[in-house]
Amino acid sequence: MQGPLIDTLVRQGIGRRTFLKYCATLASMMALPPAAGRAMADALAAARRPSVIWLPFQECTGCTESMTRSHSPTIEGMIFDMISLDYHETLMAAAGQQAEEALHAAMKENSGKYLLIVDGSIPLGIDGAYSCIAGRTNVDLLKEAAAGAAAIVAMGTCAAFGGIPKAKPNPTGAVAVSDIVKDKPIVNVPGCPPIPVVMTGVLAHYLTFGSLPELDDKLRPTAFYGETIHDRCYRRPFYDQGKFAKTFDDEGARKGWCLFELGCKGPVTHNACATTKWNGGTSWPVESGHGCLGCSEPDFWDAGGFYKALSMPADPLKMGAAAAVAGAAAGVAVSFANRGKKRAAQVTHETTTLADLEK
Amino acid sequence: MDALELLTWARGPGLNIALGIFVLGVVWRLIEIYSLGRRTDLAPARQHAGASGLHTVLRRSVPPPGMLRSSPVSYIGGFVFHIGLALIVFLFAPHILLIRDLTGLSWPALPSQFIDMVTVVTLVAMVVVLVDRINKPAKRFLSTFGDWFTWAVTFLPVLTGWMAVQHLLLPYTLMLALHILSVELLLVVLPFTKLIHAFTLFGSRWYAGRINAHKGVPV
Repeated sequence: MQGPLIDTLVRQGIGRRTFLKYCATLASMMALPPAAGRAMADALAAARRPSVIWLPFQECTGCTESMTRSHSPTIEGMIFDMISLDYHETLMAAAGQQAEEALHAAMKENSGKYLLIVDGSIPLGIDGAYSCIAGRTNVDLLKEAAAGAAAIVAMGTCAAFGGIPKAKPNPTGAVAVSDIVKDKPIVNVPGCPPIPVVMTGVLAHYLTFGSLPELDDKLRPTAFYGETIHDRCYRRPFYDQGKFAKTFDDEGARKGWCLFELGCKGPVTHNACATTKWNGGTSWPVESGHGCLGCSEPDFWDAGGFYKALSMPADPLKMGAAAAVAGAAAGVAVSFANRGKKRAAQVTHETTTLADLEK
Repeated sequence: MDALELLTWARGPGLNIALGIFVLGVVWRLIEIYSLGRRTDLAPARQHAGASGLHTVLRRSVPPPGMLRSSPVSYIGGFVFHIGLALIVFLFAPHILLIRDLTGLSWPALPSQFIDMVTVVTLVAMVVVLVDRINKPAKRFLSTFGDWFTWAVTFLPVLTGWMAVQHLLLPYTLMLALHILSVELLLVVLPFTKLIHAFTLFGSRWYAGRINAHKGVPV
């Protein structure tokens, strides 16, 4: 399966027209100028398959599932198949020694050129011993693989931000890729799991322009993470009208009203679900009637309850009773002091001046 | 600490602390003020139509004759921003949700677009009142640090809230966090500044009206 990508695609029955359409869509999704679609098509078609090494750490394989099974067969899936995936524990046939050999061969042959994809967080607790592959810790493997990588893609929220393993109390001391690797370009593609087209978008951009796409302050491609779910949500008009579903099966829910009150984290979540949707554009969480969990944001697991509205605080009156008692005590104490002062003033026949009234 | 962490803190521990200080401060100040007391007036009470605590509470809610013309900005601006604040705080859907979560009480909200308009009007009125305070020599002379400070802590929550809803300047998450933090600042300073008038306003009017009614003077 060597040779340019277009040959392989043709063999799979993908015509020129379909391929151009796909590239144009991809370019417009990434808010690139129309000419970029053409450039992308040229570059992608001619591209030799880039060597990709995929390292899984503390993860659940959900990111891989998202990429490979989302809605196959699609061009996305095929392009993903077409990259030279030299190491991926879940997908590769090799195991044990063979797998390790493949990894090291790929790293050596393509040193400085391969794309490193990481999914899962990296545990630092007890010297990284919580997660080891072939007897070596994740942090050790990451540092070695990162040294020869052209760029690193942190796939999924765990690799990008620590994700669920980092949730309080973070027993394994999990951290994100960007906490360990500082000297390589990193793209975070958060999501639990991330959207497949974001992955191919980043790959296509890399192959076409030889650089990574524009990133935001959390190293996410702005083309996909530039706006919040809430900004692009088709239920947004109901929010603006103040029409909210109160429970998951009331009339408002049936009419498709806003899920804000049911805990939707759309207003603070940057992702492209509302526009790209899932399963080949079939639907997405909010469309299926459930609020956004905020899975593409750092520490979404600890950001309040999934079913608590964003405007609702955790437990604000926890201190209320104690504060009222303390306030009453302070008030009584101060008023006794005031009365004492008044009595003393009366006894000594103190006069009131204008300055006193100014106090 | 990123924006979502800041927001989580502001909604969680931050709000706990702010509400705690607020409740503590309000209870303290009210007990302190009302326990000051007043010497009993031993003179026989006089009667005069319109002289009572309740009369004064109501009468002082409208401008005295002639005052509206001589100081229109204070009265109109004052009315506009006070009513605006009340509408925004109590009739904006997310605020009602917060109150429902705290107390279990809820009521219908006004449309968000309407609240948006009210917010702009309130902001403008507050700026006009501030400019008037700066421009009028008498007002400026009477103003202390407390006046400028309380204006700022009242203005900030309205401004940040409006900017959060309108997605201006900063990302929504950060703006919402700043909005909640500014409200927390307001809650913390309210009991210990002139803003305590939110609680003492009617009490002090009643007090003044009651004392003068005893003397037969409608104030």
